[in-house]
Amino acid sequence: MFLKNCLRIFSSARIRFLLNNNVKASTFVNYKSVASLSTSKLALESEKVKVTFVLNDGKRLETVANVGDTLLDVVVNNDLNIEGFGACEGTVTCSTCHVILKPEDFERLPEEASDEERDMLDLAYSLTETSRLGCQITLTKELDGLEVKVPETINDARS
Amino acid sequence: MSFMGIKLITRFYCSFENVVPRVCIVGSGPAGFYAAMHLCKKLNNVHIDILEKLPVPFGLVRYGVAPDHPEVKNVINQFTKVANKPNVNFYGNIALGKDIDLLQLRQHYDAVLLTYGAEEDKTLGIENEEANNIVAARNFVGWYNGHPRDKDLKIDLSGTTAAILGQGNVALDVARMLLTPIDILRKTDITEHALAALADSKVKELYLIGRRGPLQVAFTIKELREQLNLPNCKTVWREQDFEGVSSVVSKLGRPRKRLTELMLKSVSESSNINIMPGDKCFKPIFFRSPNKFLTDNMNHVTGIELTCNRLEGDNLEYQKCIATDEKEFLDCSLVFRSIGYTSVKVDKDIIFDTNGFVTNDKGRVIEDNVSSLAKLYVAGWLGTGPAGVILHTMSNAFLVAKTICEDLKDCKNLSSKGGFQEVRKILLKSNQSHIIVDWNGWEKIDNYEVELGKKYGKPREKLCSISKMLEIASS
Ligand SMILES: Cc1cc2nc3c(=O)[nH]c(=O)nc-3n(C[C@H](O)[C@H](O)[C@H](O)COP(=O)(O)OP(=O)(O)OC[C@H]3O[C@@H](n4cnc5c(N)ncnc54)[C@H](O)[C@@H]3O)c2cc1C
Ligand code: FES
Repeated sequence: MFLKNCLRIFSSARIRFLLNNNVKASTFVNYKSVASLSTSKLALESEKVKVTFVLNDGKRLETVANVGDTLLDVVVNNDLNIEGFGACEGTVTCSTCHVILKPEDFERLPEEASDEERDMLDLAYSLTETSRLGCQITLTKELDGLEVKVPETINDARS
Repeated sequence: MSFMGIKLITRFYCSFENVVPRVCIVGSGPAGFYAAMHLCKKLNNVHIDILEKLPVPFGLVRYGVAPDHPEVKNVINQFTKVANKPNVNFYGNIALGKDIDLLQLRQHYDAVLLTYGAEEDKTLGIENEEANNIVAARNFVGWYNGHPRDKDLKIDLSGTTAAILGQGNVALDVARMLLTPIDILRKTDITEHALAALADSKVKELYLIGRRGPLQVAFTIKELREQLNLPNCKTVWREQDFEGVSSVVSKLGRPRKRLTELMLKSVSESSNINIMPGDKCFKPIFFRSPNKFLTDNMNHVTGIELTCNRLEGDNLEYQKCIATDEKEFLDCSLVFRSIGYTSVKVDKDIIFDTNGFVTNDKGRVIEDNVSSLAKLYVAGWLGTGPAGVILHTMSNAFLVAKTICEDLKDCKNLSSKGGFQEVRKILLKSNQSHIIVDWNGWEKIDNYEVELGKKYGKPREKLCSISKMLEIASS
């Protein structure tokens, strides 16, 4: 597992390298990640935080992520196998990146959800008081150790 | 040790030969692709063929989602990844019920999943519904999105007042296309023919008519917010429609509550609204059902006779509407019918329930099982009914795919089926020159459209002719 993580970090750093050198290679346009890429390139390489995604079946996906990335970036850059996650690529139009935070983490997020984010959350299954869209949570140093729950993606659409 | 190795390899080989199940998915919209995604993830060995009536994939993502919502269409990138997997094949220009029948598919596959959506418009069944300029929302949507079926839609946009019957998201899409400043639409992948017609549109006043009240609207908050924020467009509500609403808001669940609060806020703003010359007006009205359409001697619609309704029932969100004797007349020269969709029975062997969708339990189609035939499944709008957004379709498709995985794993003795090889034989037998569009063919169409779009300064200009698509795909 440790080795795997190291490899992941390596490959995500490589992706970043490519992205920085060739903007066109970026097929993944995300409001917030674009901003972070251009503002703090160097800081990104050095500042890492631990983030854990807890899946519905209890499986834990532990990652080391860059400060300034969104949770969606973390899922994509680490190739985390979360089915259907991030369908609209961070444009706040799909809700497939719905995550549930612990109340204390929810409270310490630097930004509150915008109206647009709340609008999309209203469509999500298993909506809770501490739900957010993963593409709208940007990692800061203070969020080191963040643990989020990814709710079940399988539902009976009729119910 | 090496002996063991050989043994393992041969074993693997045998099971590979015998047991790779073949799944056929009919319809390449979100339900089809999401089901394929889940099957690929959960089964080590599976062969998936996605059959599609049109030469091009993606269903309503291409032909439903509005041109000014390009972000929603990003999901195409996920679907493309699925299509590029070595064990997934796309075969376009094959219609179930026309080019091949269900029985044949069930003979040549281990599982058949129907995801062909809900293609038809629900009708009202009232007097003069066939009059000129009463347009099915579905066809209007298809027209601005380039669906080959709708490219020649007859629509007269020279009148100033139009009405939409229905208050769902599709109705709001239609409204937005009519009310958005044309220069915003120019930058989207809206078809050139629609753009030209909308640029000349005289529609200034648009009614959005609902049978029930503000607490029962079917549109979602994102779409409403977008409408309220449209530049050069004012929303005007009828205050009396909101009587008593503010007193129940606090009892509603979060999504309905936020939606209602947004409406109430807009209502209070609309009471002292200043309509400037050049502004367009959006006017939602409630508690009205169309009773009949009024026409002139050219059989052109001139208005709607509406029945006034009142609501009954304890559960506020699900109150029933009861017709009263009161009538109201609305003058308008263009009407859109947007009261929902229904699925087509494309094959005699597909059984529908009274709601108009295929009867199923977690996707398993309920029927007398014939063991020699592939099991039959249904997902997406064909199985759930035409409601909800892609997220809900995704969730259902995963559920059904999970059911398929369970059944395939339980199935001990799969016999080897011919799969698409057999389908191809059948197609060519009835028409030697039947063109099948594979993924590579779609990519050619895709590139062609993107190139064409550059000429107009748009992300893409869609081909609206099937024969042209086939020509490009097989070039
Ligand atoms: C106007 C409109 C706008 C929408 N906008 C949004 C939006 O902005 N955001 C959002 O999240 N959701 C939106 N939706 C909802 C979304 O499109 C649906 O949830 C989703 O497309 C349903 O997927 P499906 O696969 O069941 O059906 P479809 O997408 O309809 O796919 C069915 C496919 O089957 C094919 N087919 C039909 N008949 C046959 C046959 N006989 N043989 C073979 N193939 C066949 C069709 O050509 C089509 O490709 C919108 C829906 C509509 C109608
Ligand atoms: S990725 Fe679509 S809403 Fe976050």
